[in-house]
Amino acid sequence: MSDFPVIPVGDVLLVSIQGELHDALAVRLQESVTTAVQRRSARGVIIDISAVDMVDSYLGRILAEIAGCSRLLGADTVVVGMRPAVAITLVELGLTLPELRTARTVTDAAAVLGVAMPITDTASSGADRRGAR
Amino acid sequence: MTTGPTAAALRLQIRSDTDLSLVRQQVRAKAQEAGFGLVQQTKVVTAASELARNTLVHGGGGEMELAEVAQGGTRGLRLSFIDSGPGMADVDQALTDGYTSGNGLGLGLGGARRLVQDFQIDTRPGAGTTVTITAWAQSLGSAVHR
Ligand SMILES: Nc1ncnc2c1ncn2[C@@H]1O[C@H](COP(=O)(O)OP(=O)(O)OP(=O)(O)O)[C@@H](O)[C@H]1O
Ligand SMILES: [Mg+2]
Repeated sequence: MSDFPVIPVGDVLLVSIQGELHDALAVRLQESVTTAVQRRSARGVIIDISAVDMVDSYLGRILAEIAGCSRLLGADTVVVGMRPAVAITLVELGLTLPELRTARTVTDAAAVLGVAMPITDTASSGADRRGAR
Repeated sequence: MTTGPTAAALRLQIRSDTDLSLVRQQVRAKAQEAGFGLVQQTKVVTAASELARNTLVHGGGGEMELAEVAQGGTRGLRLSFIDSGPGMADVDQALTDGYTSGNGLGLGLGGARRLVQDFQIDTRPGAGTTVTITAWAQSLGSAVHR
């Protein structure tokens, strides 16, 4: 099980969650991101969840906590690429995560964060890559 | 209700967080097999994840029993989450959004109930907990099932 690629792009950290994220891995994600924010003096964190096919209350809380920790360290977090089925399920579950900022694509997220993003948009191309049947 | 198992039940143990992953994968695979659409799949997998985590965290571990069911031409899944932990004294309180005896959000149980068409809890203090949910490939109209 490899660690998460936390890719620095300018002032922003880009994190792409791939596939099944069990609990211990989610905790490690939180640690990796928080450490990287501090080490890189990042101003923003963009978390791409376009490959994630389920967000339950546990993972939702981890995402909110990552945003909370990063904010304390001076970086804003934006989650991008949530699948429609995941959004519908989260609302019905009662987990609307109001404190979590979201955007449709990495480019949109960069605009929210007020930074330029000189790379291709992974979120829009990655959306519904899996399970689109 | 004329729901009967159409195939032998499958049992998965719930003893660790990697077991929770296996539960999600199995439920996803079976839901796909039974013709669930993407949204229905996501709902039942999420409900299963919440209930399996409760079995692990509050029930001290246990197992999930998965059976395919059919009613008329519609296929569904019936999932039971079984533990022999402390049980619950007040089910209504446990189902209330925001109630948690631990440090959770208190959304798992009430949320799981909203995500499926049929939801039943069998519990008694000291006698363990079994939560059984049924989800259908197509929404049958919630009036029948709620
Ligand atoms: N299998 C179980 N055995 C005993 N008690 C349970 C069980 N499942 C749920 N409960 C009780 O019901 C409460 C509410 O459960 P619920 O899943 O809604 O919230 P939670 O697990 O505390 O938090 P989360 O939002 O993270 O799921 C729990 O805090 C616990 O007291
Ligand atoms: Mg719970």
